[in-house]
Order: sequence, then C-alpha cells, then structure tokens
Amino acid sequence: MLAFVIRRLIGALLVLVAVSFITYLIFVKIPGGDPAPRIAGRTATEQNIQDIRKKLHLNDPFYVQYWGMMQSLFSGSLKSYSSQLNVVNEIKKGIPATLSLCIGAGIIWLFFGIVVGVVSAVKAGFWSDRVITVLALIGISLPVFWLGLIVRYFFAQGHPLSVLPDGQYVPLTVNPYEWFIHLIMPWTVLAVLFIGFYGRVLRSNILDTINEDYVRTAKAKGLGSRRVMVKHVLRNSLIPIVTLFGLDFAAVIGGSAILTETVFDLKGVGQYAAESVQSLDLPPIMGVTIYATFFIVLFSVVVDLLYAWLDPRIRPT
Amino acid sequence: MATTDTSTDFTLDTAAALAADEHGTIEGKSPWLLAWRRLRRNYVALSFLALFFLIVIACALAGPYARHIAKTGPNDNHLGETFARNGKQIPIVSKGGFVNGTFVAGGIPVGPQLWHAGGRYVFGADNQGRDVSVRLLYGGQNSLKVGIGSGIICMFFALILALVAGYFSSWADWLISRFFDLIWAFPVLLLAIALGTALSINGFHHFGISIESGSLWIPTLVISYVLIPYVGRPLRGQILSLREKEFIEAAKAQGASPVRIMASELLPNLASSVLVFFALIIASNILTEAGLSFLGAGVQPPSPSWGTMIADGQDRIVTAPWLAIIPGIAIVLTVLSLNVFGDGLRDALDPRSKIRMER
Repeated sequence: MLAFVIRRLIGALLVLVAVSFITYLIFVKIPGGDPAPRIAGRTATEQNIQDIRKKLHLNDPFYVQYWGMMQSLFSGSLKSYSSQLNVVNEIKKGIPATLSLCIGAGIIWLFFGIVVGVVSAVKAGFWSDRVITVLALIGISLPVFWLGLIVRYFFAQGHPLSVLPDGQYVPLTVNPYEWFIHLIMPWTVLAVLFIGFYGRVLRSNILDTINEDYVRTAKAKGLGSRRVMVKHVLRNSLIPIVTLFGLDFAAVIGGSAILTETVFDLKGVGQYAAESVQSLDLPPIMGVTIYATFFIVLFSVVVDLLYAWLDPRIRPT
Repeated sequence: MATTDTSTDFTLDTAAALAADEHGTIEGKSPWLLAWRRLRRNYVALSFLALFFLIVIACALAGPYARHIAKTGPNDNHLGETFARNGKQIPIVSKGGFVNGTFVAGGIPVGPQLWHAGGRYVFGADNQGRDVSVRLLYGGQNSLKVGIGSGIICMFFALILALVAGYFSSWADWLISRFFDLIWAFPVLLLAIALGTALSINGFHHFGISIESGSLWIPTLVISYVLIPYVGRPLRGQILSLREKEFIEAAKAQGASPVRIMASELLPNLASSVLVFFALIIASNILTEAGLSFLGAGVQPPSPSWGTMIADGQDRIVTAPWLAIIPGIAIVLTVLSLNVFGDGLRDALDPRSKIRMER
C-alpha cells in the first residue's frame, strides 16, 4: 500500500511538471504571446521594448526562463506582466471564494444526487425512471453561464421575484449570513448540472447491487429492509460515486467554476484566470494552471486511495 | 455399405434445415437490425433526433431567410432606422432614457415581434439594431460547424490513438496513455481558453499550416484537442478487452496484419461505441464552444455564435432579456436533442449500457 501511495505521488509530481512546461510553451511559442511590446505600450520605442525584454529575461533560452518563472512562483515573488500585482497573493485572495463555491455546490449536488438516486431506485418503475432520466439529461445539456444569467435575472435583478443579492462574494469571516445568501444562486446553478446525473448513476448502481448474493443473505437472515438498504446496498453502491465525485469536483475547480465565478462576479481564482487569459498575462496563467492542475492531480490521487480503502477487492498489494 | 442417402447426415445447417421443414426458414437477425428495432420503438429519442435535424436545417437556411424574409445580414447595423408594424413606424433601437424608473444609457432595442412585423425582427433586435433571429441562425451555423467539426476531428484522432495504444500495448500504449493522462490532468476549460485566446491574436503559422485569426478552425481544433482523452480513454479500455478475444487470435493465426485486424476485426466491434460517443461528444463540444465564446476565446466577433450572443446580451439582461435568453434556449435545445438521442442510441445498441463516456 505504501509503495502504491509513493508511486502515485511521484506520478502526480511528474504530471504537474509536464503541465506547467506545456503551458509555458503554449504562451512562448504561440505568436502574440510576446509580452514585451504589450507592456511597453503603444508609443514605445524599440529601445523600450528591448529594455523590458532584458528586465523580464525574455532573451534567455526558454528553459532558463521557465526555470526562473517556476522559482519565482514557488518563492511567491512572481508578478503579473500587466498589473504588476503579485500572482501568489492574488490567487490566495481568490481561493476562499472558489473553495466556498465548489465545496458548497459539491455538498448540495452530492446530497440531492444521493437522495434522488435512492428514492428512484426504491420506487423503481416507469415514472421514477423517466423523471431521473429527464433531470440528468437536462443537467448535462445546460450551459452553466447561461443558467447563471437567467437565475440572476429572475431572482436578483429587479424582477418581482428578486429576493437575493446580485453576485459578489462576502467572506465567511466577515458575515456568515451574507456569505450564505450571496452564494445560494451560484451553488444551486452549479449543483443543478450534476444532481440528475449522480442520481442516475447511483440508481443503476443500486439496482445492480440489489441482486448481489450478500444482499440476499442479509435479507435471509432477517434484517429489516431499511437496514439492508443503508448498510449493505447503499454502502457498496456509493463506491463508484466517490470516484466520480472526486474527478468532477476537481474538474469543476478548473472548469465550470471559471464560468460561474465570471457570471456571478465572485472574484475567485477562476475569474482571475479568465481575466488574465484575456490579456495574455503569462505569470497569472502559469500560477492558476499549476493551482488547478494541483487540485485535479491531488483529487485523482485521493480518489484512488479512497477507492482502495473502500473496496478491499481492488486494493493493490 | 451405401451411406449417401441416409437422413442422419448432419451438416452445419441441420438445425436450420429441420426447423425449416416445420416452421419455414429462420432468418438470422444482425445486431444492427435488432438495435434498429429497439431504437424504432423509442419515440422520444427519434423525435429529439428530428428536432436536431430541424435545427440544423433551419440554420442551413439562414442565408435565404436573411435575404428574402428578414432582409438584413447578420452583421448589418440598423441604428436610427425604423420598421413598419401594422402600418406604424417603430424605431428599431429607441433612444435611451428612463425605463421603470431606472436610467438606461444608449438605446433599448425592439423586443421580439414574432410574426407581427412580416418576418422582420422575429426575435427582436440587439443594441446595434441587428436582427436577433438572423444572427441566431448564422450563429447556429457557426456553433454547429465548430461542434460537429471538432466532434469529427476529436473522434478520428481518439479512435486512431486508442487503436494503436490498445492493440500494440507496448511503448506506444505507454506513450499514448501518458499523453491522455496529461491532457486529462489539464483543467480543460483553462487550457481551451488559453489556447483559444493565444491563437486568436495572430492566428497560427507553423509547420506549414496557416490559420488566420478569427477563423472557425481555431475553436474547432482547440476543442477537439482538449477533449481527445474523454473519448480515447474509454475506447482504449474496450480495445484492451477485445484484443484478448478468440476472434483476434484467429485473425492473427491466419496471418492478418495489424492494420487489417484493426480495420476489419476491432473497428466493427467498436462501431456502436463510436456512434454513441459521436452524438454525445458533439453535444458536449457545442457546450464547450458556447463557454469559450462566452469568455471571448472562441468564435471571434463580429461573427455570431450562440455563446458570443449570450455574452453580448448579458449586460442588457434587465432591459432586453431576449438577447441572452433566446440563444441560450437554442443551445439547450440542440444539446438536449443530441443527448437524448445519444442516450436512446446507447439503450438500443447496448442494452446492458456499458458504454460510458468518461467525464
């Protein structure tokens, strides 16, 4: 088990290095990526541009530049090309908003996904099957940013139903009530995409598990149906959901969170990423990519370990 | 010792011959026929497929619609002009001022006219006086081109990589699997917006390939690249289990070359997965394109796409909600129709539903 953990961690580290290197290549090699003329502004002379090149070490070979950038990223001194703000500080500033959004939405979609899945499996039949299929298919067909705009329009922007504050993020430490009330819309919007899908996967897992021998044994020895459901069926059916959740959660941090934060103006890491990408500001892009990849890789390791812990049959020796 | 006319001379088709004597000929039914019969009964899936084709046809007819009915192009501004409705002249974009007590700078475009203005401004105008219904159809063309185009490219490369990786499972497999892992580990949307933005500044001019900035090829290629592992990984898994089957061994024993085995033994067995994935990947590509365009990294203005139309409309959602709502409905209907059909197709082709796209 220890060897397995170490092997996974080394692999994860290699992926991080490769991802950062590729991100760097994309922005150095692709035309338009040269930041010096942009920083110098419109009225710059060739000399100004050369000075900036020298100051930012843009004339060095790209592996030297890459190494320098990684060093300053990990020592926390990396600065944005355009705003001159410290990248690590900006990311740290955004993390509470992004994590509040993702963790809250994750809890909501997991909870309702499990409820919907269990209910529809217990009441398996034509209607429950149809309802959960429709929920799942609508969820995966909705563009998250559009849903966000619509929800904002109806519940926060002067429509008669408007009862919620519009966008923005209030830190939990400042005012827990405001924090909660500001995040209700983003949470719901993000969770709606997944609830139906999770419910559907769980439902089919439960229906598969119900036919297992150990469930029959549990019933035969006289356990109540509720106890069989919770202790024997649900416990085993949840294992694939754990995997799915870990991967989706990481994907949301590096994906849907960008769109959701932008729509609701939450000033999280995702919005920071979107803004820096639009101005082709390499240092923040490197920082955020490493940060998001770190989460994705971390969660895939955690999922693997959790999986091995939950299901002894696949535990590596 | 004559045994030629004995009736107990069993051949391969004896069972069928005996059955034919009793009930008439039994015809074998191919898996495709069985799948088609299952699909034919699934009216929901078929009607959503029809909806998808309806959307495609409507978007394909954008040109004639713009010329003959709406009488305006997708990028034509009509600021300060009027149109006739029931004999009255109505300004296309009104002057700014107070609306419901709030001051609105700039003009308020006219709302959806449906059929009351003789086919003009069916879904209203945007803040530059452009006809939303015309832009919706042209935008749909772009969104569908990017979605379907990247679906084809993504499927093609994912299939080839999966075949090579799954069949040879040696260093090629190691290399391709690591390549999948690497794209997989990237935050998809971040990678796509990074590539999309970087490429749309000056285009791409390397390796003898020249793509102008603003070309639809940029979002198409970016999306197909970042989504390759989502199809490639499950396909590789399927090939790994297929290659242990006896018919592959038989083909090898007959001396078939690897290419022949891939093309005529593996590929037909993957066909149902490929079909299902194809419907689902187009759906998810259209969504990704909308997200990219919304963030300004996909289809470049002034070319319309459903994503950029929503982005244009988001600031005016209070005074002109149709600008953001209508293209969104178009996206949802298109993506939903593909997802519902893909789901029905999976039920028909693979009733035990093992085909799952990794997400």
